[in-house]
Amino acid sequence: MTEPVLDIRNVSKSFGALVASEGINLDVRPGEIHALIGPNGAGKSTLIKQIAGGLQPDSGSVVFDGQDVTALTTAARARLGMGRTFQISSLAMDYSVLQNVVLGALGRRGTVFRFFRPVMRDRELLAQARAALVEVGLEEMQNMRTSELSHGQRRQLEVAVALTLAPKIFLMDEPMAGLGMEGSRRLMGFLDTLRQRAPILLVEHDMDAVFQLADRISVLVYGSIIATGTVEEIRANPQVRAAYLGEEEARS
Amino acid sequence: MKIQPDAAQFPLAFKTVVLAGFKAAKPEVLLNAALMLALLAVPLWAWFADEPFLITLTTRAVIFAIAGVGLNFALGFGGLVSLGHAAFFGLGGYVMGVLAYHAQTYTALLDWPFVIEGSRSMLVIWLVAILLSALLALGIGALSLRTSGVYFIMITLAFAQMLYYFAISWPAYGGEDGLSIYVRNSFPGLNTMAPIQFFAICFVLLILVLLLVKFLARSAFGLALGAARQNEERVQAVGQMPYRLYLIAFMISGSITGLAGALFADLNRFVSPTMFSWQTSGEIMVFVILGGVGRVFGPVAGAALFILLEHSLGGLSDYWHVYLGAILLGVVLFARGGLYGMLTGREAAHD
Amino acid sequence: MSFTLLAEQTLNGLQFGVMLFLMAAGLTLVFGVMGLINLAHGSLYMVGAFAAAAVAGATGSFLLGLVASLVCAAFAGVLIEVLVIRRLYERDHLEQVLATFALILIFSEGTRWVFGSFPLFLDTPAWLGGTVTLPFGIVYPVYRLAIILVGLAVALGLFWMIARTRIGIRIRAGENDREMIAALGVNISLLYTFVFALGAALAGFAGAMIGAIQSVQVGMGEPVLILAFVVIVIGGIGSIKGAFVGALLVGLTETLGRFLLPEFFKLLMEPSAAISVGASLASMSIYLLMAAVLLFRPRGLFGSA
Repeated sequence: MTEPVLDIRNVSKSFGALVASEGINLDVRPGEIHALIGPNGAGKSTLIKQIAGGLQPDSGSVVFDGQDVTALTTAARARLGMGRTFQISSLAMDYSVLQNVVLGALGRRGTVFRFFRPVMRDRELLAQARAALVEVGLEEMQNMRTSELSHGQRRQLEVAVALTLAPKIFLMDEPMAGLGMEGSRRLMGFLDTLRQRAPILLVEHDMDAVFQLADRISVLVYGSIIATGTVEEIRANPQVRAAYLGEEEARS
Repeated sequence: MKIQPDAAQFPLAFKTVVLAGFKAAKPEVLLNAALMLALLAVPLWAWFADEPFLITLTTRAVIFAIAGVGLNFALGFGGLVSLGHAAFFGLGGYVMGVLAYHAQTYTALLDWPFVIEGSRSMLVIWLVAILLSALLALGIGALSLRTSGVYFIMITLAFAQMLYYFAISWPAYGGEDGLSIYVRNSFPGLNTMAPIQFFAICFVLLILVLLLVKFLARSAFGLALGAARQNEERVQAVGQMPYRLYLIAFMISGSITGLAGALFADLNRFVSPTMFSWQTSGEIMVFVILGGVGRVFGPVAGAALFILLEHSLGGLSDYWHVYLGAILLGVVLFARGGLYGMLTGREAAHD
Repeated sequence: MSFTLLAEQTLNGLQFGVMLFLMAAGLTLVFGVMGLINLAHGSLYMVGAFAAAAVAGATGSFLLGLVASLVCAAFAGVLIEVLVIRRLYERDHLEQVLATFALILIFSEGTRWVFGSFPLFLDTPAWLGGTVTLPFGIVYPVYRLAIILVGLAVALGLFWMIARTRIGIRIRAGENDREMIAALGVNISLLYTFVFALGAALAGFAGAMIGAIQSVQVGMGEPVLILAFVVIVIGGIGSIKGAFVGALLVGLTETLGRFLLPEFFKLLMEPSAAISVGASLASMSIYLLMAAVLLFRPRGLFGSA
């Protein structure tokens, strides 16, 4: 077995009496899409924050690329190669689409402390930025103001910015949310090939997408992971069926 | 500090996105040119017409513009609402005052552990003013930027006030009365006591500062700083620390305003704690707002308008601040985007 | 340095702190409930002082002066809330700062226009004149003691109002959730006007009380305003309790620093240098206190994260 890219070891976090993460173990291996599912309020967002930075676990550690990053800031983790997309689009809304991706390319270069060269004439950055836009299909929109993009286009732009970082792992928080059928289908096709470049930790609500895409699935319920396994194992797991899928079926 | 990336609340984006967001919107370029020409034409005319007072008045506007351009870099580009830029303006003033005072009295500024002499050279004074202001901004910024929003506003104000009281209670340099300098400091090859020549110095410095800010705004740093203003989370996700970006922006901003302070003290050949006062901070902010936040040339228009108002309203009534207050209130309530916003369309052309 | 001198200075610090609290309470309430930063709060302090001085001068009654300070400051508060301030609640802090800065200009120059540039004087009434001997032989002016007691009484009344009364419950609800109180059918705009007027009245009252021991002049409000800012930064914005603790801390630090630091430096250097170094450090002391608090608690002592 190859070394995992991301290894979450026994991470716990509580807010007062509320236990958001309880002894969570999870790893993401090269080349895989590892999906994290769970009902609303299971603690998925809290866990993502502890992985990407911004929230310190009470105990346990986050090991990324062989290095303990638990004490590092969000920015430092991003520099080490975590490419994150947000559940709610988090972009510089007054900037053009191209400026947003150039910002990502700058992040990959590592330093923004260049004060005189016009950044929007930097061929290397522009090439990287445009390549990422082509990949997600936004090249026509590059001069549009980001706030004028549709919801789906903003999601695509989020992914493009993560691409420019050339990360060692993608952390994607509900990338399909609100995309619609056609958008979801296209993004799924894209993610399917993306795993070759870097593994993906995918938090997703859309069960069909998860079962189609994921190599492995972890199920988070009330702050604990109750099962981890392949799609078939998860489908067959009675505990998961009871705690999660049962709910879904009951709802539909 | 965080300002919500809402274009309607904080009109900082570009009006027209031309290829790669580069060329500024046309009307703005024209306005910039007209503004700079007017600032040049008035004193030239005054020089021929032998109206030295008018030259001095324009010089004041130019110096205020430099101070405003400094604040605008933090405020407009970084979203840092500093209500304490008088700290840098005053520090610049006192750098000039103290160095010139020691040169004038032939005393050393410091005897131990090494000797520091005073200086009458503008170049030396500017350099010291810029460096010390940057250092002060590092200190104030390092503390204030740990907070955001309204805390940041109050804390910057409080630090400037601290320096104000410090200047008042430090009798060695005049305390409340301030320091007078007999002769304006020297610049190689120029007679700085001739109003038009001192104006030329200030005008060239204004152009240099404007160019600097224009370059910074277009640079990698400028892109990241603007992104941090709009969305800190995004900047962190690409591996940058907003705090560091803000701190450097604050230092650049402070040192520009510090330079303006040194020039202002030289213009008056006088420096007093008033330069540190909260009114000064407020006025520098007014230059920025009257002109238009986040426009490179905005503070130039704002400062010119301020001087124009001061001069015309001041002739009308001793209590001209009432009118100034009313106009300012009107601008904030009804004409967001300032002069530039009114003349070139509501949103800033960000390049 | 004797014990009685130290005790007297401590009381002065307490007196100053209590007055700062009256200023800071209004600021912190207005920020907590309406999310507004109001630079013109110092102008309301000035309005109170001028109203008291003018009315007391005309009628010879100090009490009428105090009433006038409350009424005039509250009225000025209502006026600017209705005309200007309520347009600013939804704006960003920058615009609030500028608009209220504009109000300062209008108030200050307007007052200068009406009353001229010379300071007015508000005399302490005879029945509050003289000194009183406290336990341990501390001799202290009656008027300053009255300030402390009245200030503490007002502070207690404010705490009681916020904690116990219906209007207090609404104010606290407004701090937590605007939509919630709207849903409860409370007239928000009236509530906001009330909170603003209350803050204004407290500021005006403080201005009148202090006006009797200092001169009443244009520009008297802003130094106090900035100190009140320091107070609420230390205490945590929006917290009345924080404002109280912060005000006493700042009042005591400022007063005792001014008294003790020169004395302290006299032990280290020659007296004239000691006085100048001590005075400079004393004037910086409260800002250093603020910086120290911020280092450990960027949201102030009682601020919510």
